[in-house]
Amino acid sequence: MTEYTEDGRVINESGIEIKPVYGPEDVAAGSGLDMLGEPGEYPFTRGIHREMYRKRPWTMRQYAGFGNPSDTNQRFKYLIDNGQTGLNVAFDLPTQIGLDSDDPLAVGEVGRVGMAIDSLRDFEIAFGGIDLEKITVSLTINGSAAIAIAMYLAMAEKRGYNINMLRGTAQNDILKEFIGRGTWIFPVEPSVKLVCDTIEYCAEHAPKYSPVSVCGYHIRESGANPVQEIAYAFCIAKAYADETLKRGLKIDEFAGRLSYNLNIFGNLFEQVAKFRAARGLWAKIVKEEYGATDPKSMWLRMIAGGGGGGLTSEQPELNIVRGAYYALISALSGTQTMALCSYDEAYTIPTEYSARISLRTMQLLTDEMGLCDTVDPLAGSYYVETLTNEMRSEIERIMAETDAAGGIVQMVSTGEIQSGVSAQAYEMQKDLQSGKFRKVGVNRHRIDEEEREVEFHSYREEDAQLQIESLNQVRSERHASLVEQSLARVKRDADAGKNVMPAIMDAVKAYATVGEITNKLVESYGRYQEPIRF
Amino acid sequence: MSTQPVPFKVLIAKPGLDGHDQGAKVIVRALAEAGFEVIYTGLRQTPEAVAAIALEEGVDVIGLSSMAGSHLPFCRRLAVLLKEQELDEKLWLIGGNIPAQDHQQLRDIGLDGIFPTGARFDEITDFINAELS
Amino acid sequence: MLIDDVEKAELTHLFERMRGGTTSALSRCLSIAEKNLTGAKYLGSLARNVPGNAITIGLTGAPGVGKSTLTAALIEEWRKRELSVGVIAIDPSSPVYGGAVLGDRIRMATHDLDDGVFVRSLASRRQLGGLAPAATRIAEMFNASGRDVILVETVGVGQSEVDVTQMVKTTVVICAPGMGDAVQTLKGGILEVADILVVNKADLPLASQAQNQLLAMIAMRSSSDWKVPVLLTQADNGAGMEQLVDACIQHQSQL
Repeated sequence: MTEYTEDGRVINESGIEIKPVYGPEDVAAGSGLDMLGEPGEYPFTRGIHREMYRKRPWTMRQYAGFGNPSDTNQRFKYLIDNGQTGLNVAFDLPTQIGLDSDDPLAVGEVGRVGMAIDSLRDFEIAFGGIDLEKITVSLTINGSAAIAIAMYLAMAEKRGYNINMLRGTAQNDILKEFIGRGTWIFPVEPSVKLVCDTIEYCAEHAPKYSPVSVCGYHIRESGANPVQEIAYAFCIAKAYADETLKRGLKIDEFAGRLSYNLNIFGNLFEQVAKFRAARGLWAKIVKEEYGATDPKSMWLRMIAGGGGGGLTSEQPELNIVRGAYYALISALSGTQTMALCSYDEAYTIPTEYSARISLRTMQLLTDEMGLCDTVDPLAGSYYVETLTNEMRSEIERIMAETDAAGGIVQMVSTGEIQSGVSAQAYEMQKDLQSGKFRKVGVNRHRIDEEEREVEFHSYREEDAQLQIESLNQVRSERHASLVEQSLARVKRDADAGKNVMPAIMDAVKAYATVGEITNKLVESYGRYQEPIRF
Repeated sequence: MSTQPVPFKVLIAKPGLDGHDQGAKVIVRALAEAGFEVIYTGLRQTPEAVAAIALEEGVDVIGLSSMAGSHLPFCRRLAVLLKEQELDEKLWLIGGNIPAQDHQQLRDIGLDGIFPTGARFDEITDFINAELS
Repeated sequence: MLIDDVEKAELTHLFERMRGGTTSALSRCLSIAEKNLTGAKYLGSLARNVPGNAITIGLTGAPGVGKSTLTAALIEEWRKRELSVGVIAIDPSSPVYGGAVLGDRIRMATHDLDDGVFVRSLASRRQLGGLAPAATRIAEMFNASGRDVILVETVGVGQSEVDVTQMVKTTVVICAPGMGDAVQTLKGGILEVADILVVNKADLPLASQAQNQLLAMIAMRSSSDWKVPVLLTQADNGAGMEQLVDACIQHQSQL
């Protein structure tokens, strides 16, 4: 959050001092004029498409999923009936860390923060009756993403879709899970390998599918500032790209399918400048460092609109207003997809009611406020252009610093990045408590509030029980020796250092479960141990 | 014997499968800076592990940081284990995403202090110092 | 502080429960010893009546050499040999705030539910006059409780490294290659107290060079009956742990 010093200076969260007045000389001094360009043209600072939302508004894709697959299927249909154009699927924690619903560690967690998935059968139920060509589906899953991607592709194939043409996204950014969010399974090195397995597999078999969405979002939520968010996300994307290139793929064969999931909370102009700076810089990196020639490889495609860290449990109605500003920032920044956080995100998974308010908030922008009328509307503002240039330099500086310190993969392995962002989170929390950082409802404009009960998305133990029964049924109906053989192949291929995706595809088609496949991979790769340092 | 007070020992644990540890790590730093000796468990602790660590370390305070809603089943199980290990007299706290409608149930289970997201550091440290002295 | 007969009887009962293997009693005895609470002296006198049969090992070395990971790997090896282990893991107290983050046990987390391993983390509490008193009292208590092996992991800086030699039978000094000059980090008397030298992170380049340097330095030392071994280990995958444990046993048997 912006710092207002006693002697009247204003310093934004990225550490850049803000002047009271900006003019053309500030823009010129930034030496970034060549980075501006035209919308739809390199370096894409102004947006990746010529006409942006005039042609098609951003995809509205609210995060949803809970209970068992049939509960989730109903919620999906409700959202689609209300005008949502994409699905952003939430999985429960056991699924995210590779446990079956009947695992002893899963007790009390099945279907709690998302839907429970055990086998291909669950994907078939969850997406039953949904047209996968009209609705793009994003799978918010990381540690066990390879399995979830395989299940999604296998499900689509079974329903007769040509997976060669199938669109969709998986989050599948494991490096950020080590920094924040924590749904890791395997040690860092094989985890990165697994991500690249999915990139390689999709490049060959499902070239329209986006296998990775690199997340600055969670790094920011863990304590990084906006420029660190982008810098670390870029370092992570480069780590995946470097590893994938080693396998003989060309940059233009996969770079166009990498996308980003970025955070939105904070100062409006700083955020807009952040996204514009990031877009130009990413294009430059992919073109100049990696030698890409296809403009699509250089596009920074993003999902933005979430910013749970900015919401408060104090005066929660204010979160609806904050959400509206977040949506505005996101639209002014030229996002491709918006997944707006719901006002109750600070304390629960969204209820149907709060999810609808978020959806309507975005629809207000497209239908009433004119946010789709022209591209990059803040371009040419002396302030925004200057800040865009300054943010870009700062992002470049942090990336260089990270590389000099051994690179992001090593710094995540040793816990240095984690320790750094967590130290910042602590400082930020202290500044919030002291009032140095201004937060309405928290350290300013407080009111005496009764602790109030809020409407909750309720957790139903029965759903977990039903899920376990359904898992048992799948286990009894499937072809046991086929499952065994396919699992043995997963282990064999993992041991041999091969791409495990073909083996996982076979295993999911035989209805092997998330837990069974994960265990085979753990036998080969081992388990991650947190390198905790303070 | 030294007359200077020995610092209190506090365990901060992340119960269950939730991986959001920003808050837990922040409170670890805050408590250490307030003069406490803090043991942090890392992610994915079972009730059995939390009870075992609390016992081995002889902590004065057992603190849980829960963000993903599974606090009630976890605390119910942990309460049984703490009693078994004669640890039920220890100061037992929980922080994080703990909705108001669950507070009474948690107190009935045996929680001494509940500090939802947004609680100030000094609220927490004052509470511990007051309860333990 | 004087205690009366009733308190003595209670403490004796507690002590006997600990000797009988009750974990909660061990925990309580360790806490009394750690915080030097009323009764600590009496419990200590009971503990010192028990013969010191435990294998006691101090692990020391500069921060960053992988002490905690090595301690965890050592525990694993002792457990393979079906011996019970008590661990005293010491972290520095903040000189400014007096508090501490005790982070070593996280590397030993696989043993959280193993009854054969009991880890007590300790802050150096320098402001109270050094680590030695509390750590020594705890080690005595571990011994009295019947633990087969007691591992003491030091902070790794300053006087604590030398202090630890006073309370254990075998001092293992750990270094790692690639941290400047590995040998340089062993200056200041620490080399002289080593019964066993370990070059950890042996997969790094320069590991064998560090080993040779150390061997050369050992050779120059005044002769004694014990020939200090210089072992290569990789704590993160357990390589070299068997040899290290063998060396510890050999060292203690010739004392």
